Amino acid sequence: MQRGAAVAKKVNIRKQDKVNSKDILKILEKHSDDRGGLIAILEDIQTKYGYLPEKALRIVGEKTNRSLVDIYSVATFYRFFSLKPKGEHLVCACLGTACHVRGAPRVVSELEQQLGIKAGQTTADNKFTLETVNCLGACALGPVVVIDGHYFSKVKRSKVKQLLDKAQEGFDKLDIGKDERIFPIDVSCPHCSRSFRDEIVVIDGYPSLKVNVAVDGKKGELRLSSLYGSFNISTEFEIPEGTIASFICPHCGSEIKSTSDCSDCGAPMIPMLVSGGGTVQICSRRGCKNHMLDLV
Amino acid sequence: MITLKINGLEVSVEKGTTILEAARFLGFPIPTLCHMDGLTPYGACRLCVVEIGDGPRAKLVSSCTYPVEEGLKVRTASSRVLKARKMILELLLASCPQSKTIQDLASAHGIRQQRFKQEYDDCILCGLCVRVCQEQMMAKAIGFRNRGEKRSIGTPFDVKSDVCRLCGGCMYVCPACQLRCTYNEPEKAICGGCANLTPPCVQKEQFDDMMCYMSPCVACEIKKD
Repeated sequence: MQRGAAVAKKVNIRKQDKVNSKDILKILEKHSDDRGGLIAILEDIQTKYGYLPEKALRIVGEKTNRSLVDIYSVATFYRFFSLKPKGEHLVCACLGTACHVRGAPRVVSELEQQLGIKAGQTTADNKFTLETVNCLGACALGPVVVIDGHYFSKVKRSKVKQLLDKAQEGFDKLDIGKDERIFPIDVSCPHCSRSFRDEIVVIDGYPSLKVNVAVDGKKGELRLSSLYGSFNISTEFEIPEGTIASFICPHCGSEIKSTSDCSDCGAPMIPMLVSGGGTVQICSRRGCKNHMLDLV
Repeated sequence: MITLKINGLEVSVEKGTTILEAARFLGFPIPTLCHMDGLTPYGACRLCVVEIGDGPRAKLVSSCTYPVEEGLKVRTASSRVLKARKMILELLLASCPQSKTIQDLASAHGIRQQRFKQEYDDCILCGLCVRVCQEQMMAKAIGFRNRGEKRSIGTPFDVKSDVCRLCGGCMYVCPACQLRCTYNEPEKAICGGCANLTPPCVQKEQFDDMMCYMSPCVACEIKKD
């Protein structure tokens, strides 16, 4: 049971956000060119809220000239869609034929016992939602359990508690030094090509990367971890979560800015050259972990 | 024109007619539940099965959705058809044992006993009410929900629909639900045909395009007096 056969993108389940008609309109605009793309619209709404709020469905009906009956019948037909809010962590147990003969029902009953709910329900504290699926297509690895987009293979009854504890801690906490997906990179300014490497301050056991940042008129130094995959930073002053910082090269003083925006939050991306060829882009919003690495 | 044989009788009908229409026109009775003139054929109840083709290639099809073909051989009352129809009726009766329409059909087909467990669903999911609401009343207030054994008919979110004009058409066409009336729970009402009666036609004034299936309307007659 290693860290997942495949590390899928974490399903972003936010707590019951208030339905904002602007957000729905944005989603509808995205799909305005494909006629009949109702399922795609509903998928996007479900990704945003974790479920399909009644208000959102009514807005979709109004704006796309579909009757609520049609939308509701699609939303209730597919099992993927949920009309009830889901918990923070989504636990999906496979009950397909292969997993079934390998003992999936025992795993499911253990999950039910540990969480104190039946399959398809959400715990009272809104932490966990337990669902069963009919096949995940990873039959050779059965019984398969997916928690928050992380796949676990050959799950046994005895491993269930451990899995749930780990889920509560969060899978995004990385074990630096042990995880092979984390490696140090050296980056430099895209304008003057001078390295950001700073030997004086050490983060995660490696020399940090120093850049100057400006937030709301305040200027200061920002040190990033040079480990790709680590989000540890140290700053001279507190940068509140969610604010967008502008990055300035400490050598040539020019602002580093990409023409592309973050696909998650829309803030500008910050491009940096990777020594050995390629670029890495990080999101300029504090707290947003979106990044891209293009190696040549 | 298309020439086909129905029960050995060679007939010509216009292209595009269904077997059911052709057979009924010629006077061969085929029982139906989910078929209604003026609504799109749906083929849900399967009661209108007929046998087409011959020998080992003969098969059962629903006549209400099958357009006539050149040289088609149709048998509307072969032993295979009657056997299948009887079975279908027994199953329908098991899901809606209280329906007068289905009881009558069953007794006409010689069903005297029930083999299957009675479910009291009061709905055979024939979609008549959904189609009346959509195609004749232009409302789309009710529709199918869920899937498989959980499939049901009703309004979205089980609350009274904004587009429902309480015409009662869905109840009028229903072959199964003598007990569907939910006006004593107005929040869940799916049609509220009885709302047209007491208090007399309360909601009628609200709608310019109100259509009422009751003609003459009892409530309106009372009001006039």
